[in-house]
Amino acid sequence: MSTETSAPPTTPEPYVDVQRSPEFVALRKTLRNFIFPMTVAFFLWYALYVVLSAYARDFMSTKVVGHINVALIFGLLQFVTTFLIAWLYSRYTAKRVDPLADDLKRRVLDGGER
Amino acid sequence: MTQYLAAVNPSTTRNLTITLFVIFVIITLGITIWASRQTRNATDFYAGGRTFSGFQNGMAISGDYMSAASFLGIAGIIALNGYDGFLYSIGFLVAWLVALLLVAELLRNSGKYTMADVLAFRMRQPPVRSAAAISTVTVSIFYLLAQMVGAGALVALLLGIRPGQTFLGMDANTAKIATIILIGALMIIYVTIGGMKGTTYVQIVKAFMLMIGAILMTVLVLAAYKFNLSSLLGDAAAKSGKGDSFLNPGLVYGKEVAGNSTQTFYNKIDLLSLGIALVLGTAGLPHILIRFYTVPTARAARRSVLWAIGIIGSFYLLTLALGFGAAALVGGAAIRAQNPGGNTAAPQLAQALGVKYFGGDLGGAAFLAVIAAVAFATILAVVAGLTLASSSSMSHDFYANVVKKGVTSERQEVVVARVSALIIGAISIVLGILAKDLNVAFLVALAFAVAASGNLPAILYSLFWKRFNTSGAVWAVYGGLISAVVLVFFSPVVSGLPTSMFPKQDWQWFPLSNPGIISIPLGFICGWLGTILSRDKASEEKYAELEVRSLTGAGAH
Repeated sequence: MSTETSAPPTTPEPYVDVQRSPEFVALRKTLRNFIFPMTVAFFLWYALYVVLSAYARDFMSTKVVGHINVALIFGLLQFVTTFLIAWLYSRYTAKRVDPLADDLKRRVLDGGER
Repeated sequence: MTQYLAAVNPSTTRNLTITLFVIFVIITLGITIWASRQTRNATDFYAGGRTFSGFQNGMAISGDYMSAASFLGIAGIIALNGYDGFLYSIGFLVAWLVALLLVAELLRNSGKYTMADVLAFRMRQPPVRSAAAISTVTVSIFYLLAQMVGAGALVALLLGIRPGQTFLGMDANTAKIATIILIGALMIIYVTIGGMKGTTYVQIVKAFMLMIGAILMTVLVLAAYKFNLSSLLGDAAAKSGKGDSFLNPGLVYGKEVAGNSTQTFYNKIDLLSLGIALVLGTAGLPHILIRFYTVPTARAARRSVLWAIGIIGSFYLLTLALGFGAAALVGGAAIRAQNPGGNTAAPQLAQALGVKYFGGDLGGAAFLAVIAAVAFATILAVVAGLTLASSSSMSHDFYANVVKKGVTSERQEVVVARVSALIIGAISIVLGILAKDLNVAFLVALAFAVAASGNLPAILYSLFWKRFNTSGAVWAVYGGLISAVVLVFFSPVVSGLPTSMFPKQDWQWFPLSNPGIISIPLGFICGWLGTILSRDKASEEKYAELEVRSLTGAGAH
């Protein structure tokens, strides 16, 4: 919680120890295994949309149903993927990341001065 | 004047809008005064006591984020230029993934009140905090300018600006100025009295109002086309006079100029530049970043971003109906006649819908009044959020940690924050009065470019790059910030074209209207160069502390 009284341990050593522990390395890896590839993926997917809007006008202007064209569908798919990635992230972190973080947090707080 | 304006007795609308807006102001002022009684220390003032829930903060983030640019600007670009406006909706939304995956939780765990808390965490305080404060104020002022332009456009619409007509003895121009001063004064009151707590509640109320208004308008637009999106698009394209090209990308961005391959090339690059600025800007906006401090934990920060993505994403889907609806039911000519930037498309659409569904002219006037009041509330709330971010940074970063070298009382800090809010409010009032007929979404995209260039590289390096040091942080902020601002200054936005801010002058040499594609990579390169070229040694202990804190939440404020 946000109280000023639960200040961190004043000596920095515990942090360095924790940072080097295999548990912390595992936590960092678990988180980065999701966020880095996913960032690259959504960025490329978005970049593809922008590049096609600039350089593939004929393709984007192809009509699919009535007045609904590829450009509109592509744009709506960006919404779908954004919602999807947000949902996947919340599921992944709750299951894989949060338990590891909780264990380590307890360890830092117990290992300190307070 | 336009067909819709001519049909309505402007005083009906005006009085109703004023009444509704006054009700909104009274309610929010009440909340603000109530919040001020709960504001006892610096944490209350800067971070609303860190007691908001994920959902509350998600609503507040949405309120802070869905500015005049989202409501008035995007609807206007779509109404005038069709599909191209949708690019803003998409960019503004996808950008949240950067904030969700890379920034929100780590920042919540490692910072206290401002963006600079994270940037300066393992650096020498004065240089990094000064840079961050300058960058925060610059981004916020670009953003404020857009909101003020939106307010001016609304007043012009409501007063039906006609030569010779007066309102309370003021002509149209005086009324416009009076409104901007009024909005500025109100926002100074919200921020100085209510601090983060009051401002957050104002955002929540506003987000609620905006969503209801947008949903109602969307349902009415779609009902006019029997809930068939395709026939709405078809009618919008037909009325636009541009035929099918209205539904395709390319009417304004990445325009192909026949026989001028250089210009075509620049236009396409400009589109890419805008796309990059939109997607990378959000996670560098100080007024959004400080919202993550209003919740108790990183997990609550995550939940608030998830809520925000849901709310903001839904809203941006509605912009399609608002924009194409305005094109079909109001028409480009009527919108352009009222506001060349298209900023009044959404309220004009409300008027058309009111005429159609709620009993003719009177219904039109009433619905216009409701939506205009919502738009004023939108602007007011965002302006308050921006002012709070700037004044927090001025007092916590610049005054407390640079001028006073960290030796000051919380009480003093809050006093300085309040005084800064007053000064920044006054600056934005002056800028608002000078503001011209540019589209507000476009202006906000410039703020995004500046944020993505000046702030994002430094934030990402701070959180993820062990070697990053003081000199790197300072280079990253100034490199990105200065290049973005200088390129805008020499762009066609400021001078050289009939549509520029200074149409009669010409010092333009930079061909792009959005600088992102140059200035964002430059920010990253400067941060990297500044780091490797300096003899500054990054502190391993401090990085360990930052990493452990940011990932586990141990020791978080």
